[in-house]
Amino acid sequence: MSVFLKIDDVSRLFGPKLSTGEKIAAKLGAKVETRSVRAVSDVSLSIRKGETLGLVGESGCGKSTLGRLIAGILPPTSGSVSIDAAAVMENGRKVTTRVQTVFQDPFASLDPRMKVGETVAEGPIAHGLTTKSGAKTYVAEWFERVGLDPVWVDRYPHQFSGGQRQRIAIARALAMKPDVLICDEPVASLDVSIQAQIINLFLELTQGLDLTCVFISHDLSVVQHVSDRVAVMYLGRIVELGPVAEVFGQPAHPYTAALFGSVPKLVLDADELVRFDSIEGEVPSPLSPPSGCYYHPRCPLASDKCRTAQPATTEISDLRAVACHHFETQLSGQ
Amino acid sequence: MSVDRSPLGKFWAEYRENKMAVVALIIVVLMILLALFAAVISPQNPYDLANLSLMDSRRPPGFVGSGGYTHLLGTDPQGRDLLSAIFYGLRISIQIGLAAGLVSLSIGTTLGILAAYLGGRIETLIMRLVDLQLSFPAILLALVIVAMLGQGKAQLIGALVAAQYAYFARTAYGAAKAERGKDYIEAALATPLSARLVVWRHMLPNCTPPLIVVATVQIANSISLEATLSFLGLGLPVTEPSLGMLISNGFPYMMSGRYWISVYPGVALIILIVAINIVGDQVRDQFNPRLRK
Amino acid sequence: MSDPVLSVQNLTTHFFTRAGVVKAVDGVSFDLARGEIMGLVGESGSGKTVTGFSLLGLVDAPGRIVDGSVKLNGTDLLTLPASDLRARRGREISMIFQDPIATLNPMLTIGQQMLLAVEAHERLSKRAATARAAELLTQVGIPSAEMRLRAYPHEFSGGMRQRVAIAIALLHRPAVIVADEPTTALDVSIQAQILLQMRDLAAETGTAMIWISHDLAVVSSLASKLAVMYAGRIVEQGPTADLLRDPRHPYTAGLIASLPAMTTPGLPLTQIPGTTPSLLSLPVGCPFAPRCDRSSEECQRDPEMTDQGDRGWRCFHPVTRPAEVPA
Repeated sequence: MSVFLKIDDVSRLFGPKLSTGEKIAAKLGAKVETRSVRAVSDVSLSIRKGETLGLVGESGCGKSTLGRLIAGILPPTSGSVSIDAAAVMENGRKVTTRVQTVFQDPFASLDPRMKVGETVAEGPIAHGLTTKSGAKTYVAEWFERVGLDPVWVDRYPHQFSGGQRQRIAIARALAMKPDVLICDEPVASLDVSIQAQIINLFLELTQGLDLTCVFISHDLSVVQHVSDRVAVMYLGRIVELGPVAEVFGQPAHPYTAALFGSVPKLVLDADELVRFDSIEGEVPSPLSPPSGCYYHPRCPLASDKCRTAQPATTEISDLRAVACHHFETQLSGQ
Repeated sequence: MSVDRSPLGKFWAEYRENKMAVVALIIVVLMILLALFAAVISPQNPYDLANLSLMDSRRPPGFVGSGGYTHLLGTDPQGRDLLSAIFYGLRISIQIGLAAGLVSLSIGTTLGILAAYLGGRIETLIMRLVDLQLSFPAILLALVIVAMLGQGKAQLIGALVAAQYAYFARTAYGAAKAERGKDYIEAALATPLSARLVVWRHMLPNCTPPLIVVATVQIANSISLEATLSFLGLGLPVTEPSLGMLISNGFPYMMSGRYWISVYPGVALIILIVAINIVGDQVRDQFNPRLRK
Repeated sequence: MSDPVLSVQNLTTHFFTRAGVVKAVDGVSFDLARGEIMGLVGESGSGKTVTGFSLLGLVDAPGRIVDGSVKLNGTDLLTLPASDLRARRGREISMIFQDPIATLNPMLTIGQQMLLAVEAHERLSKRAATARAAELLTQVGIPSAEMRLRAYPHEFSGGMRQRVAIAIALLHRPAVIVADEPTTALDVSIQAQILLQMRDLAAETGTAMIWISHDLAVVSSLASKLAVMYAGRIVEQGPTADLLRDPRHPYTAGLIASLPAMTTPGLPLTQIPGTTPSLLSLPVGCPFAPRCDRSSEECQRDPEMTDQGDRGWRCFHPVTRPAEVPA
């Protein structure tokens, strides 16, 4: 398997940014928050060219942070991200345009005071993909590609609907001709009927342009629909990774099973309408994660080993991996 | 998708709804025009000492002077036609107010945005300096600087700028910090685009609304500060009377019934400042309710 | 059904804006039985939230309820003077909002807020009120309730705060609770916990609920009855199971079909073409016609609600085949 996008043992810490006053107060013994948050811990992923990897998890799991690390928006505290063996960041700065991002809130990610055509053209002009004079034609082509009328390049973001703005955001990312696309909750703030349109657009474009994608979402049904493989995150770590059908059908990690089980699904068959179960407890604070395996306080399979030792990642197959001491029990219990 | 006017068109449509603000704007524009064409419309050039005749001094409104025309608002102790002196005085007030306002705007905004963008020690240094300055009353600061630099237009503007840039710096800093965290800035930086481009093309335009509001208030403040300094005799030289000086000149005569020498310049000053403030208020209110939508 | 606890007839709420009149809610009618959970489903701009607010009389200028009646236990809330309405709001009908952070006052402890809510409608001794508050917190699944009463909202997680909001809504054992997207902002696992809790609570207390949401699956897990809204009106309503398995209105059918779960992974999803109309300039006739592949000349007229037993739909060309389920 040739690796195109490699995330190598990446971690990201967020330390408390103490002001001078707070530092002095801490020295004098006042209670100031000095703990750091390990938003992402020791994540390694090997993604092939053209593959779409879904990234799922609940709030605080680190999927958005991981997305920004891969996109070169945030530098990792340790580890590296590379595309086709070329590093994405050097000295804390992004040195490539091969990876672009589509952000969650289509309204917030467009400059409200700039015409949308100018926003889309800005990056390509700055990086030589088009000239100032050729920009209008260049942007018009991309507008058509994403299903927008090229006449609208001179409009402002507030004149568009949510779905249209997201198309503009996609056009902006693709106008940079990237090889890798990071989508951070691209349909979360859209209506259901518009979601379908944007998802279809996404499928059409990624297949047509042979893009490698990381699709971050909290909506499991959407991820299931668009991804080839899926990675499940919990408190900054990847607990399970594998082809969508396998992970959704026979989860190897108890959290994966519980997470998928807790989403109400329309079953619509003879005797059942909607199916879901619930998990106990809540996600612990990332400031003070549990000892050993982070999931052990909520896990039905937890043992002493789980309380003391962080599980290593086991590769079940070429494409599948899981981090759990008792994954065999989980798999056989299906 | 809605097809509507440009942002400016919409702004004006909303502005028009407040009748008082429109009246205030008309007054401001009128006064600017009067000031611009002061030389043309004034019956007399109050700076030309040769024109003045002591025979005409302290005459009441309606008096026909030695020049052969009616002094509509009377004359001052030096024999100047008060109407002309007010026009010229308005010109000075507006010139200095605008100049001080714009220079403070540039300096303050640059410092504020730099502090917000660079962060760290530079941010602390700049903003603590600004805070320090804000804790001094503007008048005191202006007085001290004028005392040090001496009299003259440039020195006056310099003093006013030094007293006022801090307001702009603080406003720009707050706005820039708020914008810095927003998605579209992150998206622009993620392309990647250089910091300079992002600040210039994205941050600055989006920080302008609060800065415009502060600018209108500060221009009014500059005008009143300058008048105060002139009133105290620390502003422009006696030969170039500004409104403040006119008021000061007429002060001793207030009790003896020759009210017009102080009152008319005072009224002109008040109208100008209040009109600018009303316009500023309307602009500020219009930028705010956007959030309510 | 026996006397419904809530009977809404022709509720109409308009917003009088500078740009024109926005017909946010246009003739909404439904009945709610004691202890029944009804789902009000729709996308943004459908009018579902404004309907909820109208029921409680919480519509602010430039909005106004211009027509209709909201009969709670026989009394029309819309004809009551403001003070009477205030007396009933919170006691007989209460609301849970989407954002738990915005509902709670960050400056007061949970206990203080709950006591204020109790005092608003009843005279109880402080001890009795505290006991009632603690009892409710336990009922919504918050452990060590007495201790938690002394905590501030920021010390709770999102899910906990929402539970507190639910507890406050239940304080006076209202007949009806209107819940506006209460789990949308919460994590999936917390949502599941709260859904189960609400289901149990409704059964225990006999409180009727209107659950407003855009998420069909979530609503269907709780509600025995659904009403689908589009452009300010109810376009279809009926028992949940019937409606989902056998939708009549093309919009309902389209919504169900466009869910990712309804299409084999990787294939294009079924999509409803176009976008929701602007409420400022609704098309003549059926508002869904421009997007509907079943529309005809007839749809230039506004369809009335066709009733068939406990189901109803507003369409001249209702769908007759059941929703398809992927293999």
